[in-house]
Amino acid sequence: MTHNIQLNSDGKLKHFLSIEGFDKALLTEILDTAASFVNPADGQIKKVPLLRGKTIVNLFFENSTRTRTTFELAAKRLSADVLNMNIATSATSKGESLLDTIRNLEAMFVDMFVVRHAMSGAAHFIAQQTAPHISVINAGDGQHAHPTQAMLDMFTIRQHKADFSTLRVAIIGDILHSRVARSEIQALNTLGVAEVRVIAPKTLLPAKVETLGVTVSHNLTEGLQDIDVVMMLRLQKERMTSALLPNESEYFKCFGLTEEKLKIAKPDAIVMHPGPINRGVEIDSKVADGKQSVILQQVSNGIAVRMAIMAMAMQHNGAGA
Amino acid sequence: MTQIHIKHGRIIDPANKIDGVGDIYIVDGKIAALSNPPEGFKADTVIDATDKIVCAGFIDLSTRLRDMGHSRKGTFKSETRAAASAGVTTLCLQPDTRPAMDTASVAEYIKDLAEKADYPQIYPIAALTQKLEGMELSSMLSLKQAGCIAVSNANFPIKNLLILRRAMEYAASHDLLFIYRPNDFSLSNKGCAHEGAVATRYGLPSIPEAAETIALAECLELAELTGCRVHFGQLSCKRSVIKIHQAKKYGLNVSADVAIHQLHLSENDITPFDSAYHVLPPFRTEADKKYLRQGLANGTINSLCSDHQPHDLDAKLAAFPETESGMSSLETLLPLMLKLVAQRAISLEQGIAALTHQPAQILRLPSGALTVGFSADVCIFDPELTWQINSDTWQSRGVNTPFWGQTMKGRVTHTLQAGKMIFSL
Repeated sequence: MTHNIQLNSDGKLKHFLSIEGFDKALLTEILDTAASFVNPADGQIKKVPLLRGKTIVNLFFENSTRTRTTFELAAKRLSADVLNMNIATSATSKGESLLDTIRNLEAMFVDMFVVRHAMSGAAHFIAQQTAPHISVINAGDGQHAHPTQAMLDMFTIRQHKADFSTLRVAIIGDILHSRVARSEIQALNTLGVAEVRVIAPKTLLPAKVETLGVTVSHNLTEGLQDIDVVMMLRLQKERMTSALLPNESEYFKCFGLTEEKLKIAKPDAIVMHPGPINRGVEIDSKVADGKQSVILQQVSNGIAVRMAIMAMAMQHNGAGA
Repeated sequence: MTQIHIKHGRIIDPANKIDGVGDIYIVDGKIAALSNPPEGFKADTVIDATDKIVCAGFIDLSTRLRDMGHSRKGTFKSETRAAASAGVTTLCLQPDTRPAMDTASVAEYIKDLAEKADYPQIYPIAALTQKLEGMELSSMLSLKQAGCIAVSNANFPIKNLLILRRAMEYAASHDLLFIYRPNDFSLSNKGCAHEGAVATRYGLPSIPEAAETIALAECLELAELTGCRVHFGQLSCKRSVIKIHQAKKYGLNVSADVAIHQLHLSENDITPFDSAYHVLPPFRTEADKKYLRQGLANGTINSLCSDHQPHDLDAKLAAFPETESGMSSLETLLPLMLKLVAQRAISLEQGIAALTHQPAQILRLPSGALTVGFSADVCIFDPELTWQINSDTWQSRGVNTPFWGQTMKGRVTHTLQAGKMIFSL
């Protein structure tokens, strides 16, 4: 499988579409670059002139608040001009094709697309079709990938855990429909963790999930043993109406993270969630707001990590400052 | 009275168990003699077939010519030209035309267009249900009388098993062949890739094998109940082959085909998100591919088809799940068959039979063989000639093939349909 579409001819980052195809060195470089944007004294993020004069378009074909906002903040901290386009309510509803939308925006001299789309492969498609000077960052495509989320989670883990190689990480919930889970699994395995364990009922696991490099458990109590990092996934309400699960309360009983269940994991385990959280469905409020939770740090880290990815992609695209 | 002499070719005619260098004499559109010329024969045209293989023209059981509402994807002219250049002399047109092939007038219109185009013999397949909606029966007898050779619901769902049962009973009453691509729509659930490791990795909506095998099993039961002759089209997985094998052994009157590309590509070959690989049924595992090949070799699978589905560029320019499925595949039919032979999956004789005699038997047509008295539908090809797939060599309007740019081995040099040269290289 070739993913070198993401790299330029010198092997440097050009597009950021999927974790697949990147090595540990590149992921580490992203994390280190992100760290350099954070002021160690107060944790604030400096504004830097790296992308001054550049235009970044947030192209969201699917609604999002958190991801779009942190991408926007990240671009502004890099001194780029940002255009937010909510395509879900604009051009395509008038019948314009994805490609025509891209062509029109290209004509406005943009330098980068940050793309979210409901279909797997949309970001790859745009990267293949767009003008060569434009970088594409995948902000979530269908059930395929959400690589910036995975990287900000790696950044957050690194703030709490010294060494990836000893870590056992559990990802709990709707793996089947989760682009976050796929990118997390790839990032964790690339960084060389000891184990990635997925915990879910069979209805929420994709076929041959073990080929992704994970161990599988259908039982939260068993699955949480020896775990250093607990990653919860959001459960969409429509999973109940499509006969994947009986109801929310049974799901919470089996797979909801409570204080009691969390005690099974290692005492210093951290709890993560890509948000937005469903309190009382996949996670109990006491855990979400508890001292082991790093959920809000994940949000803060999103800015620095997305800055790093945008700056690196633009720099190596021959378009950066 | 046109007389054609095909000279010194290697004649392979599995139906008549012929494989040897020889001559064919065509008089008035029919095969007049092999070996020695008939009395008074004087050739108007001589075709030197030295070092070439001469066989019956190919019969394709599943083709789309598009046109009418779909002329951006292909026209009668472009696609029949592609068929002729691929050695195809007879093709069956799937009923998902625009409008659907559910009334005699549509079938007559298409037959008329085909005759005017002067290209391969076209047999429309009638829609099994009105507008292919899977609810009410089409006028199958009128459609048969208008020239339709079989009935099918193309790739559209039939509402329930009761309707399928009645449709099969009605088809059987008029001795119509039912062509069925087994697919349980609730299980395939708008998927676009095989349910396995690759779809899991790329987060693609997936189709389990059971979507095919369950629909196949249901239809086999109904074949027994109704006595309807059923031909299963475009099988994709091992367990389907096993089911067909069992059904034949049991004595059911069924046959099956496989699209040629299913024997060459698997989920592992899919270049990530390359819509040229978006076909239905999806490319499955290496093990399935291997078993399909074995099924063809041991006769469980009777024939090969192109499942030709040309598309315009726009149909394939989107995120993978949003693209239209299908590939333009007439022109790769022969080279891909020869590749199976080169890889020792089947013999050359089996490959030719799967494209000629076998589909003729399924359709009960007096063709697919070089029998004296048969219509002179002949394909002459050079098995060693290599050619690149590019805009100079490609005839179909649809360039949607994952083999684009690749070099193929084996090329048709002449195609004759009823003694008329419809293609020469």
